[in-house]
Amino acid sequence: MWPKDVKLSIQGVSKTFNGGRSSVEALKATSFDVREGEFVTILGPSGCGKSTILRIVAGLTEPTAGKVLLDGREIKGAGPDRGMVFQSYTLFPWLTVRRNIEFGLELRGVPAAERHAISEHYTELIGLKGFEEAYPVSLSGGMKQRVAIARALANDPEILLMDEPFGALDAQTRLIMQEILLKVWEESRKTILFVTHDVEEAVFLSDTVHIMTARPGQIKETVQIPLPRPRTYEMKDDPEFWRLKKYLLDLIRTESLKAV
Amino acid sequence: MLLRQEINKSLYGTLGAAHFALLFAIWSLLAYGQLVPASLLPTPGEVARTAVEMIRDGSLFEHALVSTFRVTSGFLLSAVIAVPLGMLMGTWKWALGFFEPMFGFIRYMPASAFIPLFILWLGLGEPEKIMVIFWGTFFQQVLMIMDVTKNVPLELIEVSYTLGARGLSVFSRVIIPASLPGIVDTLRITFGWAWTYLVVAEIVGASSGLGYAIMHAARFGHTGKIFVCILTIGLLGMITDLIFKFIYNTLFAYQRRGT
Repeated sequence: MWPKDVKLSIQGVSKTFNGGRSSVEALKATSFDVREGEFVTILGPSGCGKSTILRIVAGLTEPTAGKVLLDGREIKGAGPDRGMVFQSYTLFPWLTVRRNIEFGLELRGVPAAERHAISEHYTELIGLKGFEEAYPVSLSGGMKQRVAIARALANDPEILLMDEPFGALDAQTRLIMQEILLKVWEESRKTILFVTHDVEEAVFLSDTVHIMTARPGQIKETVQIPLPRPRTYEMKDDPEFWRLKKYLLDLIRTESLKAV
Repeated sequence: MLLRQEINKSLYGTLGAAHFALLFAIWSLLAYGQLVPASLLPTPGEVARTAVEMIRDGSLFEHALVSTFRVTSGFLLSAVIAVPLGMLMGTWKWALGFFEPMFGFIRYMPASAFIPLFILWLGLGEPEKIMVIFWGTFFQQVLMIMDVTKNVPLELIEVSYTLGARGLSVFSRVIIPASLPGIVDTLRITFGWAWTYLVVAEIVGASSGLGYAIMHAARFGHTGKIFVCILTIGLLGMITDLIFKFIYNTLFAYQRRGT
C-alpha cells in the first residue's frame, strides 16, 4: 500500500562511480520518504553524496541499486515533474527573465497569454517585478537564483529539488534568499527536497533534516524540526533554534572531521 | 603598471593608429631615402600611383572580385558542412569518435600539398581553386566548432531536461543558442584563414585574382603592383572582420550589461 501522504519514496538507492580500474562508493543504500508539502533537507559534509541523491531523484544520474518512486510510480530519467535548482547559475543567458521563467511552459506549448500570466505571477512572487525584460548578465547572483526558482515553479512540478541553491551567494544574500524561499514555499505548498552543508540553513528552512555521514554517504540520523511556521529570522535567536542548531552541528562536526 | 588593466578607449585607438603611422614612416624612410633599391621596395607614392592606375583600368576591381568570389565560395562550402558536423561531434560522442581522429590526421597535411591532386581530379578551373580554400579551412573549422559546442555548460543541458526538454528540443533550444556566439566567432577567425589559402590557390593555373596578379607582377618586377594587391587583401580581410564583429555585437547584445 502506498501511504496517502507520501510524495516521494527513496528505496535502497546507492551509487558507485566506476572510473576504469578504480571505483568510488559515493552513496550507501539509502531510504527515506518525503511527505506531500514537506520541506526535507539532506545535510552533510562536502563529498558525502548528498548531491548524488538529488541527481538520482532528478533522473540525471542512474542509481547503482534501488529505486525512486514519485506518487507511487518509479521514475525513469529526468522529467518536468521534478523541478531542479542548481548551485551554479543556470539561467539561459540569451533569454530574458520572462522567457527563462516561461521556458518549460513554451516547451509544453502553453498558449502565450496563459504563459505570461504564470510568469507574471512568479516574477511578482520572487520580487523581481520590473526585471521581466532584463537579461541574466545584468542580474546579481541572488536575483539569478530567484529566477531559477521561479523557472522551476512555473512548470508546476510535483516536487522541487534544490542542490545548494544559495551556496555561491554571500552570507547576507543567503539569509534573505532563505526568507524568500520560505515565503515562496508557504505560498506554493510545494514539496521540497533541499541539499545543503549549512546547519543554520537546514534548521531554519526544514521540517525534517537527514544528516549524512562522510563518504561513502548514508543517513546517520534524522531530526525533526518542530519550530512553528511561518518562520521569521528573529526565530534564529530562540533557545529552541539554538538547541537544534547545536545538536546538528555536533553531529555534522564528527563527519566533517572524517572528510577533512 | 598592473597587468590586464583597462586603458581608455581613445588611448587604445591612438596606439593602433600610431603603429600604422610608424610602419608608414619606416617604409617612407627606407624607400625615399633610397636605403633599399627601388626595384625591391617601391615608394609610397609609387604604390599610390599604381593603385590609382589599377582602379582606373578596372583590373584591381576585377581581380578583387574574382578572389572574393573564390574565398567566399570555399569558405561557405566549408562552413555549411563544418557547422552542423562540428555541432554533432561536440554533442554526440559516437560522431566524435568517428570523425575526430581522421580530421585530426588530415589537419596536419598542408592544403598546398594537395594542389597537384586537385588539378588532376578537378582540372584548372574554379572548382580546383575553391577546393584548395575549402581544404585549408574545413578541418580547422570543424574542430573549432566541435570545441565550442563541447563547451556548452552541462548544467544548462541538465536544467533543460528537468524543465521537460528532450533530444531535439535540447539541441534546438539550448545547444544551438548557447554555442552560437562561439560559432560566429569561429567563422570570423576561419574566414581570415581562408584568405591566406587564396594566394596558394591562385599561384597555379590562374589567369585572374589577386594571388595571380601578385605572381604576375613579380615576374615583371612590378613591386608596386604587388604592394597594391597585398594591401587590397588586407583591406578586404579587415572589412569582413568588421562585418562579422558587427553581426556578433548585434546578435549577442544580451551578453553585455545594461541591455
